[in-house]
Amino acid sequence: MDHTSTLEKLIRGVLITLVVIFFMFPIVWIFLMSFQTNESILRIPPSVVFTPTVENYVALVTGQMKTAAGSLQLNFMQNLWNSVLLSSASVVIALILGVPAAYAFARFKFRLGEDIAFTLLSFRFAPPLLVLLPLSLYFKTLGLTNTYVGLIWVYQLICLPLILWIVRGYFEDLSPDIEHAHRIAGYSWFQTFRKISIPLALPGIAAAGLLAFIFAWNNFVFALVLASADKQPVTVGALAFVTASGIQYGQIAAAIIFSIVPTFVLAMFAQRYLVEGLSLGAVKG
Amino acid sequence: MAELVLNAVDKIYRTKKKAVHAVKDFNLTVKSGEIVALLGSSGCGKTSTLRMIAGFEDVSNGTITLGGKPIHALPPSQRGVAMAFEAYSLYPPLTIGDNIAFALKAAKMPAAEQQARVKAMAEMLEIDGILNKYPSSVSGGQQQRASLGRALVRQAGLYLLDEPMGQLEPQLRAVLRGRIKHYLREHTCTTILVTHDQTEANALADRIAVMEGGVLQQFASPAELKARPANLFTGTFIGEPPMNIFDATVESNAKTVTFHVDGGTVLSYPASEFSAALLKQLVQNPKVTLGIRPYALHAGKGPITGKVVSCQWLGDQTHVAIEVGGRTVVSVAHERIREKPGSDLSLSVASGDLHIFNRDSQSAMAHGGILA
Repeated sequence: MDHTSTLEKLIRGVLITLVVIFFMFPIVWIFLMSFQTNESILRIPPSVVFTPTVENYVALVTGQMKTAAGSLQLNFMQNLWNSVLLSSASVVIALILGVPAAYAFARFKFRLGEDIAFTLLSFRFAPPLLVLLPLSLYFKTLGLTNTYVGLIWVYQLICLPLILWIVRGYFEDLSPDIEHAHRIAGYSWFQTFRKISIPLALPGIAAAGLLAFIFAWNNFVFALVLASADKQPVTVGALAFVTASGIQYGQIAAAIIFSIVPTFVLAMFAQRYLVEGLSLGAVKG
Repeated sequence: MAELVLNAVDKIYRTKKKAVHAVKDFNLTVKSGEIVALLGSSGCGKTSTLRMIAGFEDVSNGTITLGGKPIHALPPSQRGVAMAFEAYSLYPPLTIGDNIAFALKAAKMPAAEQQARVKAMAEMLEIDGILNKYPSSVSGGQQQRASLGRALVRQAGLYLLDEPMGQLEPQLRAVLRGRIKHYLREHTCTTILVTHDQTEANALADRIAVMEGGVLQQFASPAELKARPANLFTGTFIGEPPMNIFDATVESNAKTVTFHVDGGTVLSYPASEFSAALLKQLVQNPKVTLGIRPYALHAGKGPITGKVVSCQWLGDQTHVAIEVGGRTVVSVAHERIREKPGSDLSLSVASGDLHIFNRDSQSAMAHGGILA
């Protein structure tokens, strides 16, 4: 039932367009930049009319950056792979640890339970720089500096609290009686957790996993301090474009487009999945 | 089918700040094949008791045995108990039919038998038309019946029904009550029914356990509960409209027993209408509380006088509210009474209809002139 007048529709359309333009502009601009040379990007006044070139992308893929001062080796594809590896492994481990923990915090009352949950959340309060100095000293002693294992471990500071608290909320929203009904039908606690609780909380788990992935992907300081070039993700790798002969804007833009793609695809996929999960799991009563 | 025994069961909920004693020293024996209703107001401990029997709550003290086997330490899956939940708790991704068949599947029953049972159960509950639908797309009443069917279709030692018909429309409820009672009888199902609806408890249960404040007040048949309430709480809780209550002081001699009711009314009866043992008790405890059921208060000539507050004809009975000595009492008559609000009305009550309670302990002293 639609009772909106034509004027209302018009105003709404205009407002939505304005918002979309506002938010999409930087992305579109970067997309355009990625097909331009540094000279055409930096010309004054700027213009949207240019001769497109794919040389920025070629430079990234081949690892050969040509600047005014000569040719440079690039590690970008390695950085991209590092990002994928670090973020996915961190999220997978955080899910394995966090989902059962979230269930425990949601369902069982135990001594210091709330305090432990809050302590885990408080990892997110601390500025990363505060923990980095002691952490880098420990990592040196333990031999974890510049290893994937060490970075994935540190990334748990980002992923675990997020997953724990979001998924806990989802478990708390599930009626315990649905689990009770399953248990009284002859199933053990673990079977119920696996067959009822996790499937019903799946939209929440997916959302939490997606958010954790994005946060891990966008992390900068941990990898900057704790890893060197061959283990660093794209966020740190992008620093390579600030060269002695100037900032390579075109390649930065191409790198950004490259690094947006995985999270973008994941978000699109998860969004469809979330809607599906929610419509299936409509719990009434 | 098995006998259920709760022996000195306690439930204490502990939080950081306080401990709530939800169920206190609860003793109950449900015979094999018996239908027992737990009746009480919200928060009286009836649901806690049910959840302890099902295994969703730990027992703080005491034991629970089913068929002679202690079950209070077993996980719910091993207790052999079926339960219908107040909030239905159907599995959202399964159809109504699959929900009902769920436990049968878990018990690895042959598919043909599963289908036959689910179909018969659905027909009894009048939900055979929605077996292929999902819980989210059917009404609350249909979900409730599916939840009830999911419990009843199982072969269990004990059936726990938590407010199983709360969401149904009255007409359907009356029909289903009959069918469910027949079904439970036919299969000699030991059943505990939790409800706050007296009609439902009366219609379904062999015996009713009345609970209040976590304490079992009385465990008796519906008729016994009404005729011989064990204490003031049961007396006022059972019966609709509730029992009228008067504080009175008793004066008795060889010929008459006189109740001086607070507010000025005086009720006198020949001493011969009371047993000797009761008369002796009344001399020792002259401060009593009188309970009079609304249908025992007869309009017409009598010692109780007051002003009519309201007079309602309900189609088959009249409810008259009368202001007597500063309090409102209710009288129910099966004939039509026409009284205008504000008019004077006299009421009488026979000694045989008096329930006498000890005012201090609130326990029953006598019903109808005979010691309780």
